[in-house]
Amino acid sequence: MIKIFKYSFFDLIRSRWSLIYFLFFAVTAGSLLYLSNDVGRAVVSLMNIIIILCPLIATMFGVMYYYNSREFIELLLAQPIRRESILLGQYFGLTISLTLSFVLGLGIPFLFYGILGSIALTNFVVLLLAGSLLTFTFVALAFVIAVKNENKIKGFSLAIFVWLFLAVLYDGLFLLSLFIFEDYPLDKFSLIMTTLNPIDLSRILIMLQLDVSALLGYTGAVFNKFFGTSIGFIVSLSCGLFWVIIPVLSMVRLAKRKDF
Amino acid sequence: MRYLIFMFFFLNVISIHATELEVCESCIYTSIKAAIEDSNNGDTILVKSGIYKEGNIIINKKLTLIGYEWPIVDGENDNEIFTITADSVRMEGFQIQNVGTSYRVDRAGINVVRSKGVVIINNRLINTFFGIYLQKSSHCLIKDNVILGEAIAEISSGNAIHLWYCKNMSIEHNIIKKHRDGIYLEFVDHSDIINNVTEDNVRYGLHFMFSDNDTYVGNTFRNNGAGVAVMFSKNILMKENHFDRNWGTSAYGLLLKEIYDSEIINNRFTTNTTAIYGESATRLKITNNTFEQNGWALRLLGSSMDNTISANNFFNNTFDVATNSSRNYNVYTGNYWSEYAGYDLDKDGIGDVPHRPVKLFSYIVTRSESSIILLRSPFVDLLNFAEKVTPVFTPATLVDDRPLMRPNL
Repeated sequence: MIKIFKYSFFDLIRSRWSLIYFLFFAVTAGSLLYLSNDVGRAVVSLMNIIIILCPLIATMFGVMYYYNSREFIELLLAQPIRRESILLGQYFGLTISLTLSFVLGLGIPFLFYGILGSIALTNFVVLLLAGSLLTFTFVALAFVIAVKNENKIKGFSLAIFVWLFLAVLYDGLFLLSLFIFEDYPLDKFSLIMTTLNPIDLSRILIMLQLDVSALLGYTGAVFNKFFGTSIGFIVSLSCGLFWVIIPVLSMVRLAKRKDF
Repeated sequence: MRYLIFMFFFLNVISIHATELEVCESCIYTSIKAAIEDSNNGDTILVKSGIYKEGNIIINKKLTLIGYEWPIVDGENDNEIFTITADSVRMEGFQIQNVGTSYRVDRAGINVVRSKGVVIINNRLINTFFGIYLQKSSHCLIKDNVILGEAIAEISSGNAIHLWYCKNMSIEHNIIKKHRDGIYLEFVDHSDIINNVTEDNVRYGLHFMFSDNDTYVGNTFRNNGAGVAVMFSKNILMKENHFDRNWGTSAYGLLLKEIYDSEIINNRFTTNTTAIYGESATRLKITNNTFEQNGWALRLLGSSMDNTISANNFFNNTFDVATNSSRNYNVYTGNYWSEYAGYDLDKDGIGDVPHRPVKLFSYIVTRSESSIILLRSPFVDLLNFAEKVTPVFTPATLVDDRPLMRPNL
């Protein structure tokens, strides 16, 4: 597994796309910092970009990478190597190179603007953590979809749909249900609903770190009580990790049973 | 002529009578109480530095009390300290401390009862439950005092300056911290509140109840439960105040409830959860204010009518205007909105396209409180955009038809 991981990691890190991804974040973060000149506010603006783009890029890259390295996988399968180590190696190779581009791309401009001494450091760390978790989750989801669908078009459109659903449609349904069940106490319900969507989860995690949380009113107070304490933070972090582990496990299970 | 000479002598006799009594450890009088006992109307009592623990001191004569080098008057957490029941008393230069919490009586550092023309200047009140309490009094001046409390909860704390049934009062240049309400006015008319700083109060920085024709100018309200609450009042002029960081789940900069015919001019609202919250606020003029980085800048519920909102600046608020009504009975005109995306072809400084300050999401949030959890979700941005293009839910007449291109500073 390590060998395959190394191979795909170095292959990817040398590719043009990793560089573009890195440059994109570096330029965005740099220009935001340059324009707002305030580390705290740049974190808020970046949040919006991250919760949309990280999942989208991760899904696209994931599906594309799997379909592209299909022949390579088949070649490897002919060797005495376990299936899960092939897939896991590729998965980690891709996610870690993406995460690296993301973390470095954001980190370098922020370092230059003195994030280390700033009070916004924890906010920034949470931002990086959320973005990385989203990358891990959505690459895994993309791999699951790609392994399941031989047809590339079908796989692509399904992956895009999953992204669209979690990023946009889910919140629409959420809002609708809040309106329908207006007369009931909804704070527990909204808590569960947010943990069920990785994008919402990371959005709330970042927002509670920022002092926008006071805007959230009573619901926010409930959330703050849950996420704001160290236990809540651990619980939500493990929810995020579940969102990585479950897709990865199902990916491995699917790969084991698949007739290549 | 003879009369005149007689008058002259008579006046002289009075002024000779106005003696100065000194209080200190080695003076003739060692307690403030004894000095008051021996004094006559118009005398001055000079209290030198030292610690005085005398329980409740009642001032029932027209006296001037001056503290020299900050004498400390201590209530030992069990007493009201000064009770003033005479007109034209002047108090200056005392440090008054430790009144102690009481759930039964409203004890105060200085309690003024049914008096006229009392002047309280340049005192320090520390941990005095109620700081300066005035009831049924008029024409008093409260100036340059520092009032520091230790309030933690609403029920076990008092107000720094508390006025009840008063007229023509002036409250100027005081610094107030950590009480229940910084300044509390109930049935107080024709009074001025000028250049005070009130911070860190549990409930409100300044609280009006049933008070009419008052003015507050140049005050700073920082980090209070709510900066100012104006309830059941009319003809209030609010000018050049700064509402800063009144931030928290139920915090407001300016809370208006049942208020009529008032003016809100030239104030600055920075980083408040809700800058102005209005419930049944009617015929107000909200002009030339600056709203910067608030959660909600203006939150006027449907019961607020006939208000004019003009020439204000709205910078980077999460929501500029929120309302729960689909009709609009207020006038918005000539404001600067940092979110305005229109153009100005004729270069007259006024945008050619009307601006709709109410986003769909802010409307949704006022309808259903818990949907705020979707703040900054991509879906919400999408909704707002769609609503902006073709308004369906938000009040169609809530439009600023003359939005400014540049802030009005």
